This record gives sequence, C-alpha cells and structure tokens, in this order.
Amino acid sequence: MRNTGTLQVTLKNDCEVALTRVFEAPRAMVFEAMTKPELLKRWMGPRGWSLIVSEIDLRVGGRWRSVLRSPEGKKMGMSGVYREIDPPERIVSTEAYDDYAGETVNTLLLREENGKTTFTCTILYPSKDARDAVIASGMEHGAAECYDRLAEVLDARAGLSLESRA
Amino acid sequence: MQSSPSQMDFTFAALADPTRRAILVRLASGEASVKELAKPFAMSQPAVSKHLKVLERAGLITRGLDAQRRPRRIQGKGLGAATEWLQQFREFWDGSFRRLDDLLEEMKAAEKKKERRKRVRKES
Repeated sequence: MRNTGTLQVTLKNDCEVALTRVFEAPRAMVFEAMTKPELLKRWMGPRGWSLIVSEIDLRVGGRWRSVLRSPEGKKMGMSGVYREIDPPERIVSTEAYDDYAGETVNTLLLREENGKTTFTCTILYPSKDARDAVIASGMEHGAAECYDRLAEVLDARAGLSLESRA
Repeated sequence: MQSSPSQMDFTFAALADPTRRAILVRLASGEASVKELAKPFAMSQPAVSKHLKVLERAGLITRGLDAQRRPRRIQGKGLGAATEWLQQFREFWDGSFRRLDDLLEEMKAAEKKKERRKRVRKES
C-alpha cells in the first residue's frame, strides 16, 4: 500500500496559494528528495513530463534552475535564488519562469510527526497584476468549464471551523 | 479569457474568505436559500447575506427565480479563471508527488538494508 496522501490546494488570500501534502517518510528524507538534483529528476513533473535540467546551489544567495520537458517536447524553464535555508525544516526561495514576467516567493515547510512528514508550500505573488499575468498565460488553452472538481479545488476544510457541509 | 483584472480582483477577494468558499462548495451541490445556508453554517441570516452579496458582486453566484425563497446558485463563468488556475497547481504537483511517494519508499528500503548490514557487521 502506497502513501494515499492527498494534495490540498488552498487560496490563502488574494495573492497567496498554499499546497499541503503528507508523505510517509521522515522529513530528512523528504528534504533530501527535494533538494538533490539527481533525486528531483526522478519525481518532479506531472505524468509524461521530465526534469531535464536541475541545478541547485543550496546556500543563502545561491541560485537554482530547473527545465521541464513536456510529452510534446515543449520546454519550460524556471529559476530563482535561495533566501533562507534551515535544513531539514524550511526553505524560502524566489521563483521566476523564463517565459512569464513576475517572480513569486515560495516558502517550503516540513513538519515531522510519527515518522510522517507534512509538506506545506506557500507561493506568494508580488502583486495582483503578477498573479493575473500568470493566470492569463495559463489560460491560453482555454478556460475549462468544469465545476465538478470545485469542492476539491476550493477545499473548504482548510482553515474552516464550520462543521457541516451538508 | 476576457475577464478584466478588476473582475478578477473581485473574484479573488471573494474566494479568499473560508466561509465564502464553504458557501460555494455548498452551492456547488445545489441551490439554496439564505435561510438554508444560515443553518448548517451556524450563522445569522444577515451575516450570510453579507457574504452572499460579496459573492454576487464577484459574479460567482446568481439568484434563482423563486421570488419567495430567492435561492442562490453558483455561477460557473465567474469561477472559470480562478479555479482553472488552482487546478493547474493541483495537476502539476499531484502527479509529481505520486512519483515522489515511490522514490521515498525506495529510499526507506535502501536505508533499512544499510542498517541491517551495519548490524550484521557489528555482531560478527
């Protein structure tokens, strides 16, 4: 039986998105898998995509760079600078895409409990304009009019004290 | 995509509140009146109405025709850009993390093997 952790994607406020996921492994291991290029290449990228370039200079002020390749051969590059590093718990870094304007500040946090690790990454957009630019570029393939997954996307459980959804 | 930035601002301001997200999730499963919404959320009707007004201004919900109940229903168009955006995060990271699960299993197995070998060496 593999980890059945589910990913939560939550809009924290106007310009901040949070991703949360539990991994069935100690956090030192998760940290290693997330910061070593040879390990990152084995998992980063959705199905069919591959991480063809991964460079990591893991120190404050150091740069990172990744290039992903889609199943159709399209390349997507991104890079940034490390601002804070506190292994194996926390990394704050910037991220910018080669093709889109605007830089986000990403805060990665790993918390361990009973051998399991809770991963949280908050992605902060510098402004509403930057956020809208990213959304607009992602919308090139057309807005999906699919709301079946709404409950999943707008996960109401996160930060909500209200019990009943029925 | 013809949604102007100001419309997007309304959408995000509306979606940034957990109660309003919960109301949308509730409405995604069918229309409901203010009274019907107030009950499960343990909120006063005026408080619910205030949230509904924000959602309405953002183009996320509309009012149904029944003049008595004035049921609110979800409005798909307003949600398109925002949900699509969040869905992209989901698709990207969900796929990646499934592969990471497998890698972590492998790393755990390798670690166990290493420890076992160490123990054997100590004992002999």
